[in-house]
Amino acid sequence: MMWLSWRQARAQTATLYAAVAACAAVLAVTGPRLPRSGAGIFDLLTPGDRRLYFTGLIVVAVAPALVGAFLGAPMVARELENGTHRLAWSQGVTRTRWLAVRLGLTALAAAAAVGVLTLAVTWWAAPLDGAASESRGSLPSRLTPVSFAMRGITPVAYTVFALVLGVAIGIVLRRSIAALALTLALFTFVQIAMPLWVRPHLIPPTTQVTTISEDTIDGIGYHDSDPVPTLEVRGPAGAWVLSDRTVDASGRAVPVPASFVDCDPGPPRPDQRVTEVRPRLETCLTQLSAAGYRQQLVYQPASRFWPLQWAETGVFLALSGLLAWFSFWRLRRV
Amino acid sequence: MIEFSLDSRSGVAPYLQLVQQVRQAMRLGLLHEGDRLPTVKDVVAALAINPNTVSKAYRELELEGLVAARQGVGTFVTRTLAGDSLAAHDPLRRKLVRWLAEARRAGLDEESIEALFAATFRATGSGAATEQDIA
Amino acid sequence: MTAVVSAQALGKRYRRRWALTDCTLEIPAGHVTGLVGPNGAGKTTLLNLAAGMLEPTTGTIEVCGGRPAAGPAQLAKVGYVAQDTPVYAGLSVQDHLTLGARLNPRWDAGLARARIAALGLDPAQKAGRLSGGQRAQLALTLGLAKRPELLILDEPVASLDPLARREFLQALMEAVAEDGFSVVLSSHLVADLERVCDHLLVLVDSRVRVAGDVEELLATHHRLTGPRRDPGSLPADQHVVSASSTDVQSTFVVRTDQPIHDPAWTVGRLTLEDVVLAYMSPGAAARPALEAVR
Repeated sequence: MMWLSWRQARAQTATLYAAVAACAAVLAVTGPRLPRSGAGIFDLLTPGDRRLYFTGLIVVAVAPALVGAFLGAPMVARELENGTHRLAWSQGVTRTRWLAVRLGLTALAAAAAVGVLTLAVTWWAAPLDGAASESRGSLPSRLTPVSFAMRGITPVAYTVFALVLGVAIGIVLRRSIAALALTLALFTFVQIAMPLWVRPHLIPPTTQVTTISEDTIDGIGYHDSDPVPTLEVRGPAGAWVLSDRTVDASGRAVPVPASFVDCDPGPPRPDQRVTEVRPRLETCLTQLSAAGYRQQLVYQPASRFWPLQWAETGVFLALSGLLAWFSFWRLRRV
Repeated sequence: MIEFSLDSRSGVAPYLQLVQQVRQAMRLGLLHEGDRLPTVKDVVAALAINPNTVSKAYRELELEGLVAARQGVGTFVTRTLAGDSLAAHDPLRRKLVRWLAEARRAGLDEESIEALFAATFRATGSGAATEQDIA
Repeated sequence: MTAVVSAQALGKRYRRRWALTDCTLEIPAGHVTGLVGPNGAGKTTLLNLAAGMLEPTTGTIEVCGGRPAAGPAQLAKVGYVAQDTPVYAGLSVQDHLTLGARLNPRWDAGLARARIAALGLDPAQKAGRLSGGQRAQLALTLGLAKRPELLILDEPVASLDPLARREFLQALMEAVAEDGFSVVLSSHLVADLERVCDHLLVLVDSRVRVAGDVEELLATHHRLTGPRRDPGSLPADQHVVSASSTDVQSTFVVRTDQPIHDPAWTVGRLTLEDVVLAYMSPGAAARPALEAVR
């Protein structure tokens, strides 16, 4: 059975590993050229480096989807489509074992390939990720949705999930092209839904209430049509900020009061220097603070990177397990 | 060695066709005592026919005492059919010729003669004929 | 009679459509059994159930004494050559033999090699480039070399030209002569089955319309032609299978173990196809199924 699995998947597996090898080669050549120093590292980056950084993110984000669509979806669907399942399942191997071996081996091979790919990309981006964790810069922290799921171990769990998702959809739809398309769509949805609705709550986020003052407020946001500005505080280095709101004395989230809007000098005009506006702004902020307003920050601190990685990996492996159980159950009723 | 053939439109069971072909070959002197019949596998390969059918035909021939199977060697013809009845052929044919001439004189055409013969043959062949009918 | 396949009130539903309902039958061991019936009678569904490709919705089916596809031991007992003889287009002939060898405990590699050589197939040839006849022969080789107790074939020759059809059935019969396993094969053409089957089962609308040994069916069925008569006036031992009448003449297909004496009838022989068609004709639908007397 191992032989048949290998014989049937060897072309796709070879393509997968060739692509991973090509990516690794590009990263190995360009990686050592990156500046290593922490301070001012982002000023030293060339546009090419930035392009590579984002390309690395996209490749790791897309790899599990491709595994699901091209290795997972056709695994059973193509057999059902061509009628060859009747050949495969009339040999002396039960179809449960047939799927177990095919799914198991493919999962191992794909997980290893994506694992190596993620390792290479993580190694390449390590100086940038590290810098982002310590100081504010132009590239987001590795805890933010931009790069969280493309680092560490979650890509491997995503890959296993995408593969089993593809197999399950293939068994239900019995058409490889339709299964391929639906797998891509569903997986992309999960990739978007995860940071929006699930990941923030995997570990209860930290809430921090800050007094409003010139020192703590990092910025005042003005929006085109809205006369009421929003206040922003400086979050801890490398944190993933989930919300940054002004609350009143009773702790309810509220817009900045009208009294502040009246007091606020607004953004400096081109002919004004910042120092001319600052003293007046300081007074306004002090008044706001005296009225009981505070700034509430909800975030996941940088130290939670690995706990969140493990939690998310656990979630996806559990989902994979459920889908695999469904696939085996459904396979007996094909 | 004889070669079998099957007519799927005859309505005669395939095994009976094989039996009849062996008997016929024996009557016509094509098969003699001691001749070997084709093996079951040879017949199966030649005709794309069920082996049970061939075995059944050979068993039938064996029951009739026409052939004998020798383990691992083959099936052999043990009798000659032609000898006994051949002598009776001539007088019978002469009577038949007389009968046919009589039928034509009576105005029967060829189809009518055939129909009459077939009907009478079937009626007597099934064992229903009695001396009364003949009388 | 030991049964190689026995079904009790077997039914299979696909979503809302029933492909087989309340089917009860027995197929004897040691025979080549032909399963005939019009399209949609449930032949393929029945064979898929017997091969363990499908799970019954209702009822039970037992094959070689076990539940189909219950485990490796059961799978090893039953060979299955599915409709349109599927093979992996991308794998070579040799790959298929390796597949069979790896997946079947009782695989007969010598037999498989010898058959491929006798067919003149190039082992390196991709199965997708084989002709229909060659593909069917490859599928048959896989079924034979696993050394099953029962080989199930679903319309194996339907898509083949007459020569390939003949060669396929020849190969099958030679294998049966050599190993004596049981065979169940379906076809909607009786002509395909006439020579190779010694047992026949006519399936119409999931029901066994008639079952019995081919020779017995041929020996006990007659066509009676004569002056117009009511079917009810026939002797009690003559079961009318089908009847048709003009204003002056009646034609009956009857089944009887006794000789027919009535001089009014012209008695005609029936080919197997005539017998099957008589049972499949709408006029025959009202009568209950008859088991061949054994």
